[in-house]
Amino acid sequence: MRGSVRTGGHSKRRGSSIASTGLIAVALVASGCLGGAGDETAADPMRNADVTEFTLTITSNAIEGGKNSDGAEWIEDYVIPRFVEQQAEKGVTATVRFQPVGVDDAEYKSQIGLDLESGKGADIIDVDGIWVGEFAESNFVKPLDEVVGADVVSSWDGWDQIPESVQQNASYQDVRYGVPTGTDGRVIFFNRDVFAQAGLPADWQPTSWEDILTAAQTIKDELPGDIVPLQLNAGTAMGEATTMQGFLPLLAAAGAEIHQDGKWQGDTPAVRRVLELYETVYGSGLGDPVMQAEAKGRDRSFQLFTEGKVGMLLESDYFWRSVVAPGAEVAPMADRDEVVGYAKIPAITPGAGVNGQDFVSMSGGSARVINPNTEFPQQAWELMEFMNSFEATEEQVVSAPRITHREDVNATVLANDPMLTFIAEEVVPLTLFRPGVLEYLDVSVAIQEATYAIIDGATVDEAVARYQSELEAVVGDPDAIATG
Amino acid sequence: MPSPPDERPVETADRVAPSESGRRATTDVVGLGTARAVWFVAPAMLLIGIFLLFPALWTLYIGSTNFERTGPNHVNPEYTGIDNYTSVLSDPSFYNSLWVTLLFVVFSAVIGQNGLGFWLAWSLRRVDRRVRRTVEALVLLAWILPSSVVAFLWIAMLDRHGGTVNMLLDTPGAAWLVDYPLASIIIFNIWRGTAFSMMLYSAALSSVPPSHLETAQLAGATGAQTLRDVVFPHIRGHVLTNTLLITLWTFNDFGPFLITAGGPGDQTEVAAVYLYNTAIRDGDLGYSGAISLMILLANVVMALTYRRMLRKRSAT
Repeated sequence: MRGSVRTGGHSKRRGSSIASTGLIAVALVASGCLGGAGDETAADPMRNADVTEFTLTITSNAIEGGKNSDGAEWIEDYVIPRFVEQQAEKGVTATVRFQPVGVDDAEYKSQIGLDLESGKGADIIDVDGIWVGEFAESNFVKPLDEVVGADVVSSWDGWDQIPESVQQNASYQDVRYGVPTGTDGRVIFFNRDVFAQAGLPADWQPTSWEDILTAAQTIKDELPGDIVPLQLNAGTAMGEATTMQGFLPLLAAAGAEIHQDGKWQGDTPAVRRVLELYETVYGSGLGDPVMQAEAKGRDRSFQLFTEGKVGMLLESDYFWRSVVAPGAEVAPMADRDEVVGYAKIPAITPGAGVNGQDFVSMSGGSARVINPNTEFPQQAWELMEFMNSFEATEEQVVSAPRITHREDVNATVLANDPMLTFIAEEVVPLTLFRPGVLEYLDVSVAIQEATYAIIDGATVDEAVARYQSELEAVVGDPDAIATG
Repeated sequence: MPSPPDERPVETADRVAPSESGRRATTDVVGLGTARAVWFVAPAMLLIGIFLLFPALWTLYIGSTNFERTGPNHVNPEYTGIDNYTSVLSDPSFYNSLWVTLLFVVFSAVIGQNGLGFWLAWSLRRVDRRVRRTVEALVLLAWILPSSVVAFLWIAMLDRHGGTVNMLLDTPGAAWLVDYPLASIIIFNIWRGTAFSMMLYSAALSSVPPSHLETAQLAGATGAQTLRDVVFPHIRGHVLTNTLLITLWTFNDFGPFLITAGGPGDQTEVAAVYLYNTAIRDGDLGYSGAISLMILLANVVMALTYRRMLRKRSAT
């Protein structure tokens, strides 16, 4: 070995020096290529408008027999055959495919992000409303007016049926990037069986945090130790659910919006109040901190809820219609309508919520966007119109009601479901939406880490200090952070 | 795989070389001349350049920008010089990941896989062939099963509610992956990777001359003495090679992610997982470029250290 190293060394060194010089040159040439995703100049929206044969693909984080099974079935069994039929009547041969996905939202997001960046991907894509701004800033998606043409888009009669606040779910800086697909609201779900055993009322509606804690303490005192009174989403393992189904509604209840008057909530009394609640719940055995650290802790809390081992959960109506609904995939409950109770989230004390409200909620929603790289923008828009028509929307929710984007559909469908009527009539009017600001996503991670610190045993002071410094790193400008 | 016996013939050639007709003969035996020799190695160099050097330089370049997965910095990334590199070096998360990786490597690979692999190879030497084959097959199975399958099995086994371990140990409600996350992935990795060490040591042990072992036995040496004075001198090179390989593999192993995703918190965030979380979850591609260069450097340092040790060994 020693010999060969020495003898070979001469030519090897020279060879590698030639090679590395060349490669540095390559790297320098290529270095100009980083970034600049997507085509800056919009392609002609009327391209291929007159073809008699076209192919479109729809993708969604939905898969038959798995995640959002209903949504996948609706696309495959209703949307595609009906749309193809309609086109055939016009003498056009349409082929529409569905690309099912069934993974965590974060993975789905990075997958479609990569698709869009590389100029590929399905023609119609389901996205979470909160990603629209990020994708728009990255040139992954383009305004509908650019992709399909302003007059075509604005002539759709469906817009009149979609409330302005819901349209925001598919918009960024007041520009439409897609069509929203519905909205939701957050409430406290409680297990009536557990409540009955603890001697609590079946039509429970707390009016302050004190009421919630008292109920939790009653469950803890009256029932065996393996029943968790109150599980609040916390920690990093469940990602955005911690922020949206835990911290933000509680922050609204403490009287603050995460981003108000151009400033993010830093070390403020409201943030402290929320973290103190977490500390009370997880520090005194009212909630199970270990479950929040587990990788699949949220699903576990759902399961335990159905088994009567969890008293209260703060969740979105998604929990009602997709998790515990009879026939759902995650944790179905045949007797859901009798056992699952729901109550509005109260402000700390009456009137102390954001905007002086007694009760608060947060809402999100998803959207459908058209891939700017589609070969058939007009046909894709036609499909979008069809998917969001009264008939198609009604068909989608008739068997599994939820709050759709269309008011005319809501009026006919929700009447059969008292829970969703409750959300639509009592919760949505007092709800808040997440800020459509790019930094939100990083702030959300900082929030998740702060709540993790609490369940990991840190004090509120430590958690707030860490949150504040993380926020400063994310936001950069100290004037954009509210403190004190 | 660099194994010690390869070195011997070259050493002989080296010793003979100076007595022949000067250096020219040894450097250019075939008489190609430098120019033509470069042409001969050019294809190999090109491949190395494209697949090894270029990505490394590319990483270096990305690490000097604020490039992100999405957002304005994705569309118009800016050159930030060494900013990322200096912030990595003052980032507590980076040092945390290095520390976790160190513990993970030392306990799961250097001690765990090495020790268990050797012990298996040593104790299986004399047992009945069928028993040996069965044990080897089982250990190998742990190695060749797909990671996702294995991860699923381990998650189910360590599950807090109704997991196999809790049933066997009668410890209901023990959350192994939350309360002992690092220990869990260390044991997982020992289980997963011991097969390689076992096979390597089985082969190495067969190179120990039986006559030496018999002599030791006749001289009344104990098992420990035999290992130390007879077996170990023969397989030192193998020990080093094996340790180098499994250290590098474990250092860059992504397996823990499948079980704990780096959590809870950052307790099992080994370097590879930290890099993944920064790049893919958080989307900070520029920053993660700087981290990967640091990891690359750490790998080079480790490889060079072992190489030195190997050379020192062959020099003595």
